[in-house]
Amino acid sequence: MALMISLLFAAAVFAQDGTPTDDEVNKIAKDLYCPVCESTPLDVCPTDACRQWRELIRKQLAEGKSEEEIKQYFVTQYGARVLSEPPNRWASYLVPVAAFLLGAFMLFRGFRMWIKPMAVESASGEDEAAPIPQDDYIRRMEEELKKRK
Amino acid sequence: MTESTNITPVRKGVPLWVQVIVWVFLAGLLVIVAMGLNRAQQGTIQPGHAVDDFTLPLFKGYEYQGASEIKLSDLRGKVVVINFWASWCKPCEQEAAELQRAWEQYEPTGEVVFLGVDYVDTEPDARVYLKKFGITFPNGPDLATRISQYFRIKGVPETYFIDRNGVLQYVQVGPFTSLQQIQNIIDLMLAE
Repeated sequence: MALMISLLFAAAVFAQDGTPTDDEVNKIAKDLYCPVCESTPLDVCPTDACRQWRELIRKQLAEGKSEEEIKQYFVTQYGARVLSEPPNRWASYLVPVAAFLLGAFMLFRGFRMWIKPMAVESASGEDEAAPIPQDDYIRRMEEELKKRK
Repeated sequence: MTESTNITPVRKGVPLWVQVIVWVFLAGLLVIVAMGLNRAQQGTIQPGHAVDDFTLPLFKGYEYQGASEIKLSDLRGKVVVINFWASWCKPCEQEAAELQRAWEQYEPTGEVVFLGVDYVDTEPDARVYLKKFGITFPNGPDLATRISQYFRIKGVPETYFIDRNGVLQYVQVGPFTSLQQIQNIIDLMLAE
């Protein structure tokens, strides 16, 4: 019993001694992904590799490093793919934005070409068989046809 | 009298230069996607492939001839054995002792260099592992996983044997089962 009490006391002292808690570790770990288990965030990943990473975060927090410093360390060691959000590089947005604009442009052009020629009706619109002004070629063709009648 | 109706033609051809840019861009996108898919389906780099140069930083205490980093091109003329491992990798433990014994056998000849590339690991745990198995050959971290990405490793352990001309000759996926297995490959390469 005395041993248990002393152990509990020791644990409490250890926690108050500045050892980062699991919550503090997981606050950083949730934004990181180990390349070995790419689809599982570090804070919930059960593998040995991820457990080691969490312990490393705890050690670095205990050394007084900030969240940004710790994340930067992981990027340097294991590459930018460990981050849940990729670094904000303009080039990474260029291709999707350009592809979207290109697609929009092609759709716009396509729709315009599919639309039937629009007729601008005259104000009266009474006579449906009203003569239509035509270009010179059609006018000459019609004249030729009249002559043959 | 009736008034005339005007027809306004709306079809207008897309300028040729726009069409060219659109199709070139789309073709480029398709090529990028195809390359990505192709790369994803590829296995490790294959024997016969000339290995590109890389630099491996070395853990303190695991330097090569006093240097804190090692460049593959500096080892031209020697057989190079590159072993990918990690402290969290249980199969790696099966071959660790054999690799060390092989290193002890070939190190005095000066014709073979072993390089341990520590994959996605933490240095404190890596050091514990190296000490546990008494490993003495040059070892270092795979910073930003650049080397493992180049070799397209699928896991650890994997071992690559590079000949004196810098050409990959053998790939061992998974742990070695015996010292003899390692010796057979190296002796064959030394005899060439």
